Amino acid sequence: MTFVENLTLFVLSAFVGYEIITKIPTNLHTPLMSGANAISGITLLGSVVVAGSGSTTLATALGFVAVVMATVNVIGGYLVSHFMLSQFSQRGR
Amino acid sequence: MAGILAEQLPEQILQLTYLVAGILFIQGLRDMTHPRTATRGNLISSGGMFLAVVVTVLWFEILSPVILAAGLLIGGAIGAFLAITVETTEMPQLVGLFNGFGGGASAVVAGAELIDVLSVGNSLSVELTTSAAIAGIIGSVTFSGSMVAAGKLHGLVGDSPVSPNVGHVIKAVFLATAILAGLYVVVRPTIFEEVLQAGWMPAYWLLVGAALLLGVALVFPIGGADMPVVIALLNSYSGLAAATTGFVLDNTVLIIAGTLVGASGMILTVIMCESMNRSLANVFFGGLGTGGGGESDEEMDAIYEGNISQTSPEEVVMLLETANRVVIVPGYGMAVAQAQHAVAELVELLDEHDVDVEFGIHPVAGRMPGHMNALLAEADVPYEKMRELEEVNPNFSQTDLVIVCGANDVVNPRANEEDGSPISGMPILNVTEARHVVVNKRSLSPGFSGIANPLFARDNTSMLFGDAKESMQELVNEYKEATS
Repeated sequence: MTFVENLTLFVLSAFVGYEIITKIPTNLHTPLMSGANAISGITLLGSVVVAGSGSTTLATALGFVAVVMATVNVIGGYLVSHFMLSQFSQRGR
Repeated sequence: MAGILAEQLPEQILQLTYLVAGILFIQGLRDMTHPRTATRGNLISSGGMFLAVVVTVLWFEILSPVILAAGLLIGGAIGAFLAITVETTEMPQLVGLFNGFGGGASAVVAGAELIDVLSVGNSLSVELTTSAAIAGIIGSVTFSGSMVAAGKLHGLVGDSPVSPNVGHVIKAVFLATAILAGLYVVVRPTIFEEVLQAGWMPAYWLLVGAALLLGVALVFPIGGADMPVVIALLNSYSGLAAATTGFVLDNTVLIIAGTLVGASGMILTVIMCESMNRSLANVFFGGLGTGGGGESDEEMDAIYEGNISQTSPEEVVMLLETANRVVIVPGYGMAVAQAQHAVAELVELLDEHDVDVEFGIHPVAGRMPGHMNALLAEADVPYEKMRELEEVNPNFSQTDLVIVCGANDVVNPRANEEDGSPISGMPILNVTEARHVVVNKRSLSPGFSGIANPLFARDNTSMLFGDAKESMQELVNEYKEATS
């Protein structure tokens, strides 16, 4: 992948994100935020690659720290959203 | 960098799996556009994450599966523990905390990747170093900024905003240091190559350090009521940090997912700013209600003196009994007092007695976007009853009674009526158009803007002083008695 290809992906994703997220009602903004938060924990992938391929001890150690931080973000974010959303749908008809 | 799968399958399989994960994220967000499908959307999105992580772990050669597993387990346990034990009222700081971890991870990954590439003797491309420098700055600012925001929301860091002007020089110094260190990492001047080569990694860590301090300096002076903007913006940054990390590692799904989050946070930020009629720069550098923006006690007395009528739960219930339409305006005071359950009970009672009752929710009420909605949903209020500003404003003139519960600036008519006040031009809930307004507040103290609220002194307004939870509970009890 070249830089320009990556940039293309970035710009197109930004448009898709804009189109979808402007349609999300205010009611759901808090669960949206914690859900989006969890998605941003996708850095976990980067951490996994670096922690795994780390050819120096320092890189591996840093990778480990990043894995822990990103996993907290992912698991916590999705769970919090899930609990919140189940409260919305309980009474939501 | 070849693992079990990579030896047998072409690389396109990995890329295709990332594409599927990207599609799942987008579909998950699409389902979030309606409460009925939102839970499913969240599950779909987490499915995308699971898929992306599993395929990455299997694909790349994992030198230390033990370390990786330990990291996943520890992180998962901490995240699950926090998510399960959190009280709804503590949600804003938890969202901030999680956010910070995401940003921090991005900064650390970029650093580790630089070390990695340098150690195997590969040359660093300009794209890689640029992306790493950007991921380092954004990630670090997100981390420290989120930690300060979470600390403030949790009451660990003082919420008395210092004068915002003092910090500008400091912020500029930190920002300049981070950018210069970033440029050094990118350009890597070749003069004195032997000597300076050793400085590349320290330059990256200098960048991280300066950016961490910048995050603290940026968020520290910002007051509590501006936190919805800060939290939303940091949310956006954590996404952008992930996307930039995607550029560093040449990873498509990181770019897609990170960008979606970046867009989401940015949109929420813009909504929050527009709802206060303030620019982003004003929130971060202007400092509303600090340093001379507020009014003195004398000025407030001039507005309030002799014009405040106090009411009691009994009197409010009399108004409720004759009302056909009631609107409740919740604010941060409701969240602090944890009054949402009492409010919900009152609404349910009114509903049973065929009173048309709704909530009028201002976008910036509370401490994060959608804060009031989340609290009320926790108390089992049906979401159809939660109305946005534009929906509820045209109907105040047909409303018999408005109960303002712990809100202040968002119902201050001065936003419409005079120029030059800190809240002028801010869209507000026009509660004064209703026949009666009852304001439940602990005292006449001003809101975040630091100015008096003439609503309290209006003829059709009466004040119900007291803690929101106790007052609402009294209303419930009195109403039950009166209607039984």
